[in-house]
Amino acid sequence: MKNVLANMAGNVWKIVVKEGDQVTAGDDVVILESMKMEIPISAETSGTVKELKVAEGDFVNEGDVLLVIE
Amino acid sequence: MFQKILIANRGEIAIRIMKTCQKLNIKTVAVYSDADKAAPHVKEADESYFVGGSRVNESYLNIDKIISVAKETQVDAIHPGYGLLSENSQFAKRCEEEGLTFIGPSPTAIEKMGSKIEARQTMEKAGIPTIPGTSTSVDSVDEAVKIAKEIGYPVMLKASHGGGGIGMQRVDDEEALKKAFESNSKRAEQFFGTGTMFLEKVIENAHHIEIQILADHHGNTVHLFERECSIQRRHQKIVEEAPSPLLTEETRFKMGDMAVKAAEAIHYTNAGTIEFLVDEKQNFYFLEMNTRLQVEHPVTEEITGIDLVEEQINIAAGQKLPFKQEDLSIDGHAIEVRIYAEDPNTFFPSPGQITELQLPSGDGIRHDIAIENNMTVTPFYDPMIGKLIVRGSTREEAIKKLNQALLDYEIKGIKTNIPLLQRIASHEAFHKGLTRTSFITEQLN
Repeated sequence: MKNVLANMAGNVWKIVVKEGDQVTAGDDVVILESMKMEIPISAETSGTVKELKVAEGDFVNEGDVLLVIE
Repeated sequence: MFQKILIANRGEIAIRIMKTCQKLNIKTVAVYSDADKAAPHVKEADESYFVGGSRVNESYLNIDKIISVAKETQVDAIHPGYGLLSENSQFAKRCEEEGLTFIGPSPTAIEKMGSKIEARQTMEKAGIPTIPGTSTSVDSVDEAVKIAKEIGYPVMLKASHGGGGIGMQRVDDEEALKKAFESNSKRAEQFFGTGTMFLEKVIENAHHIEIQILADHHGNTVHLFERECSIQRRHQKIVEEAPSPLLTEETRFKMGDMAVKAAEAIHYTNAGTIEFLVDEKQNFYFLEMNTRLQVEHPVTEEITGIDLVEEQINIAAGQKLPFKQEDLSIDGHAIEVRIYAEDPNTFFPSPGQITELQLPSGDGIRHDIAIENNMTVTPFYDPMIGKLIVRGSTREEAIKKLNQALLDYEIKGIKTNIPLLQRIASHEAFHKGLTRTSFITEQLN
């Protein structure tokens, strides 16, 4: 199991995957938005999206878990 | 003269404009969003009105709502500041239709300079050199390869509808272009809805230098010299100074003259800025024209003694410029640094609550800011939370003051780019005036 973390504080703009999806390391999974900047967050490992911890529009702090990959 | 002005903006620029209004005995009306209910610009104004949700399209870009506040409060004019509605020709037109004075150029001038391609053609016609590149958008790799061969590598690949540096990349050969075109086009499609690109020749060792102009409604146009704005991160300026350490007297004169000609060619009125790329052999190329007040306008004010917002208001009220070109001169040296709420290494935004704030003070130190102790910097707007401007009789003196001021500048609770600014201000290359646009990547990494 591997947590995908927010690398900045901001709003969750788009979630590109859903639970159960197969992802490959390097794939964009979430796009964060803060202060007019959109930052794509990619999966560091390949696997299945086990759980989404956030929803589009949520505010997250740096270090918060966005989703879990198994 | 105007009795009351609405400021269709927020943050430091709203406060900056209000200060000049107060000096001129003009009443001010502020507008604000949900996130800005307790913002400093709301308190600074004589009257403040809520215009909508935190997202800019619900509030600061809500033309109908802003116009209706302007009508209700019976203002004479609207100052748009920079960003937001400042370069929206529809808004300028709407103000006109509603009998409100838009403090800025005509909607036609905004439109002409808003389209990258039309601006380029207009400047070429006026005899101003432009960067070799495509004049229409490119939608296939093969076409891009063909064009790049014609203009020569390295080339800069840019998304036609891009912004904020997304979809923008320098490529040095055909192989790199093919790869970059695919990925940037895909990303541009995802972010901006269209994947078309355009190409421009890379000007090596370039400096970003811009000319401030002012033009009244009586046919008078002057320039207020240049600002050197080369030091950037994510293609956004962070350090600006005037005069430029690069330009010779001859180039300064030539660029100023060209800028006045360009403004006259489009019958420009009010304040505007013509941006150029300048190489180290003093060749200059038109980049774009900003039809509004610039973020970095204070450095020009500091070396000319002219309040640009006051001139904007006077021009919009129909007055003649109170000076001619020969009355203007450069006195001293000014440097501005932009304070961003962001990580100084990754440049990622860092919204949050300010728990401690201590500003440096002294002769030749100016703050254009909109932050205060305990306030929360929200994630909804630009990360720029303030500007520090220093003035000295020479560049050395200004740099010395800047270094001291940055050491004394204290913000806690959020991350800021102050450590990065300290590294720049104390860097030998900066002291030598080697302020190329590649400064951050070349000198600091």
